[in-house]
Amino acid sequence: MPLLHRLVRADHPSIPFTLDGTPCEARAGDTVLTAILTQADRLRLSEFTASPRAGFCQMGACQDCWVVLESGERLRACSTALSPGMRILTRRARVA
Amino acid sequence: MSAHSTSERPQPLIVGAGPAGIRAAQALVAAGLRPLVVDEAPACGGQIYRQRLVPDGRSSRDLYGSEAAKAEALHRDFAALDGKLDYWPQALLWNLRDGRADIMVAGTSRQVAHDGLILATGATDRTLPIPGWTLPGVFTLGGAQIALKSQGCAIGSRIVFLGSGPLLYLVAWQYMKAGANVAAVLDTAPFAAKFNLLRGLPLFPAIVLRGMRMTAELKLAGIALHYGVGDVRIKGSDKVDAVAWRKDGLEHRLACDGIGYGLALRSETQLADLAGCRFAFNQRDRALLPKHDAAGRTSVPGVYLAGDGAGIAGADAAERAGERAALALLQDRGLPHDPTRAATLEAELARIGRFRDVLEAAFPFPAHWVKNTADATTLCRCEEITAGEVRAAISRFGVHELNRLKAVSRVGMGRCQGRVCGAAAAELLAHETNRGVEAVGRLRSQAPVKPVPLTLALAAQREAAE
Ligand SMILES: Cc1cc2nc3c(=O)[nH]c(=O)nc-3n(C[C@H](O)[C@H](O)[C@H](O)COP(=O)(O)OP(=O)(O)OC[C@H]3O[C@@H](n4cnc5c(N)ncnc54)[C@H](O)[C@@H]3O)c2cc1C
Ligand code: FES
Repeated sequence: MPLLHRLVRADHPSIPFTLDGTPCEARAGDTVLTAILTQADRLRLSEFTASPRAGFCQMGACQDCWVVLESGERLRACSTALSPGMRILTRRARVA
Repeated sequence: MSAHSTSERPQPLIVGAGPAGIRAAQALVAAGLRPLVVDEAPACGGQIYRQRLVPDGRSSRDLYGSEAAKAEALHRDFAALDGKLDYWPQALLWNLRDGRADIMVAGTSRQVAHDGLILATGATDRTLPIPGWTLPGVFTLGGAQIALKSQGCAIGSRIVFLGSGPLLYLVAWQYMKAGANVAAVLDTAPFAAKFNLLRGLPLFPAIVLRGMRMTAELKLAGIALHYGVGDVRIKGSDKVDAVAWRKDGLEHRLACDGIGYGLALRSETQLADLAGCRFAFNQRDRALLPKHDAAGRTSVPGVYLAGDGAGIAGADAAERAGERAALALLQDRGLPHDPTRAATLEAELARIGRFRDVLEAAFPFPAHWVKNTADATTLCRCEEITAGEVRAAISRFGVHELNRLKAVSRVGMGRCQGRVCGAAAAELLAHETNRGVEAVGRLRSQAPVKPVPLTLALAAQREAAE
C-alpha cells in the first residue's frame, strides 16, 4: 500500500521511471518522494538497523529521504523533481 | 577596502526568499541597490507561501486559505523585482567565510563576495523523540502540509495529527477541507491552556477567532479532539498502523496509517553561527538564538537577521522584519532610509511578539517528556542512537555540554546536523544533569550546513586557498 494518496493532478501527463527495476508511472509535478511514495511504502532502509524510512520533514531539513539511482548518484527525494527515466533504488541499505 | 569605489562594492546577499527575504529584497531595490537573493527552493514564497512545481487546478484560496491575498502579494511583488536583482533559485548557501559565501547551484559551487548579508533562513518543525516516530507514514506537521500544499497528496487514508502549536489545528483543518480522512487531533497540551488565547483577543482578534472557528469546524465534522495527551507511542512494524497514548491515567489507541507530528517550530541558525554571530538564550523558544537588536542587527557588523530564523514569530512578523533589516542595512551604509517607517515596523513587531507569548502559553512545548522517554526510543534518526545510549554517554563521560555529548555519543553528527535531534538532546542533557536547558550550550554549526557532494566541497576549498 502506498503511503501518499493523490488528491489532485491525477490526470497530469505521466512520467515513466523505475523503482527497484520495476517500471512505474508518476505525474508531472511530482517530487521524487511523491513519485515513490504514491507507489510504495518506503524510500530506503536506514544505515545501521536497515529499518524502513520514508522521509519526515519534506522540506530538506531532516535528510531522511536520500535515495540512490542505479547510476550511483544520490539525491534528496523531497527536494528533487522527478525526471523521466530515473532508475531509483530503495533496496540498498547503505546510502552514505 | 579603500581601493574600491562605492560602485564596486559587492552586492548585498539575502539568504531565503520567504516573506522575510522578499520584503528585504524589495526595500533594498527601492533604495537603488541590487541584491543577490538565493534560496534552496525552486520558487519564491518560503515555507508558508511555498509554490507548487506545476499548476494543478487549485486556486490560491484553496492553497493558502485566509492568507491567499498575502501569498499572492508576495509572489507578485517578488516577480516585479525581476531585472532589478539577481535571484538564484535552487541554490544552497552551504558555507560562509571571510566575507564570502559558498553557494551550490546547478551542480557547481560558486563563491560570492557580499557586502551586507541578510539571513532570512526561516524555520523547520521542532519535535521530540517518541517510540515509532521513524516509521514510514509519520511526517512532521510541516511535511504533512507540504505534501498537501505543494504536491496535492494526503499522507494517509486515515490520518492523525499530533503535537502542539497553531500548525496542529491548521494542518488538520486544511486536510479536512481538502477532503482527506482525519481520524483525530491529539493535542499534548491540556484544554485549559487554550484559555490563554483569550488574552490574545485584544491584540489580534481576527487570528484568535479564526483559530476558534477552525477548531469548531473540526468538531462539527466529527473529528475527535483530544487534549492533554501524553506517553504517545506510534505502533507498526514496517509502517504506521496505530497510535497509542495515555490521558488521565487511561490508555487509548487509535488505528491510523498516517501521522502528522510537530511541537511548533525551531529556527534555522546555522548560517548565523558560521557568520560568527553571538548567541543568547531565548526563553520563549527554549533555544540559543543569534542575538539581534529590534532592527535585526547581529553582533557582526553587516550581518542582519530577519524572520523565523531569528526566533519564531510567524509570517506577518517575517515580512516586517525583512523590511526592517533592509532599512538597517541602508542606514549602516549611510544611504537614505525612512526612520518613521522603521519605527512603525518595530512597533508592529513588538505587538506580534506579545501575541507570540500568548500562543506559547496556549500551545506549550512538552519539554518534560524527555524525562520519561524510554531508553529504547531512537533519539537521533540519522545515526540511530537511542535515548538510553545518550543517557549512558552522559553519565559515563560526565558530560555537561552539548558538543561534548556529540563527540562521545555521535548525537547531532549525522546528516541533519542536529536539526531534528538537537532540541531533544539539549532537553535530555539538561534533565540528566539537573540544569536548565539554557545551561547545556548548543551544537556548533559546521560547513556544509547541508550535504553537498564531496567533490564540490573540496573544489571550493581549493579555490578559497588559492
Ligand atoms: C513547513 C512549515 C509550514 C508552515 N505553515 C504555516 C502556515 O500554514 N501558516 C502560518 O501562519 N505559518 C506557517 N509556518 C510558519 C511560517 O512559515 C513562517 O512563520 C514564515 O514562513 C517565516 O518566513 P521566513 O521568511 O522567516 O522564512 P521561510 O518562509 O521559512 O523562508 C526561508 C527560506 O530560506 C531558504 N533557506 C534557508 N536556508 C537556506 C540556505 N542555507 N541556502 C539557501 N536557502 C535557504 C529556505 O529554502 C526558505 O525558502 C510554517 C512553517 C513551516 C516550517
Ligand atoms: S524528508 Fe526531510 S529532507 Fe527530505
